[in-house]
Amino acid sequence: MSGTVRLLLAWAALMALLALTLGAAFLPLGPAKPWIAFAIATAKAALVLWFFMEMRSERGLARLAMLAGFVWLAILFALTATDYLTRAWMT
Amino acid sequence: MAEEERFAPFADAARARDADRLGMLIFLASEIMLFGGIFAAALALRLEHGPDYAAAAGHLKLWLGTANTAILLTSSLMAALAVEAARAGAPRRAARALLAALLLGCAFLAVKGVEYAGEYREGLMPGTATAHFDGPAQTLFMNLYFVGTGLHAVHVTIGILLMAMAALSQRARQDRNAMLIGNVALYWHLVDVVWLFLYPTLYLAGVR
Repeated sequence: MSGTVRLLLAWAALMALLALTLGAAFLPLGPAKPWIAFAIATAKAALVLWFFMEMRSERGLARLAMLAGFVWLAILFALTATDYLTRAWMT
Repeated sequence: MAEEERFAPFADAARARDADRLGMLIFLASEIMLFGGIFAAALALRLEHGPDYAAAAGHLKLWLGTANTAILLTSSLMAALAVEAARAGAPRRAARALLAALLLGCAFLAVKGVEYAGEYREGLMPGTATAHFDGPAQTLFMNLYFVGTGLHAVHVTIGILLMAMAALSQRARQDRNAMLIGNVALYWHLVDVVWLFLYPTLYLAGVR
């Protein structure tokens, strides 16, 4: 597959995911809604990273550097949620 | 210029490219952390004021936000195609793709401007004389919205300027390693990734 075709397919998949996330927002999915929205956003980001940012052809060091920021964010979000989700337990 | 001087202090083009790319990726990780603070604030606000957060998000213009997502994704595609073209030794095609990417970036900013103007008219812009909010949670949400999208818009503007610079530089266009164009494209893709997460955080949160 030529590089251009691969990029076009990645773009088509990104557009399809955008339509999907917009459609899912209007479905009666209750508390699952934000989870679905962020799961689709993560899938879109993964496509951008893998194809557009060329992580598919990078070596381990570059991939680690790319992921480093996201790993620290995961810690930031987990500890923030730990605080806010457990405040009610203390009263 | 002798071949070995061009990549000094590196031995060859491959080494220079790896070092270039690694430096850019580490810088991008710092950008991820910068925006991460805003996303953490959004998370805290949403956990504390779930229903108010959704109500406040419902005032945003979902369709303009969706259009802007499509615009940025397409712009990212153009930036990726520019890198492909430069590597294939097609400098004019690379310049055209960069031009398309930066024009789409301008279109994004134009749509954002229309949104901001609408929010100003509706009294949703904090710090303006006409601002009126339903409660402290909406005030916090709109502050977050303007800080988040404003910081993102600054990054879009920088990206547009960088792409214009790369498109105008003959050396960048003719570089078969696409070092400058490649790094500018990386920056642009990251600006795109940030928006991919701002979209559900701000816009989709308001859909009922």
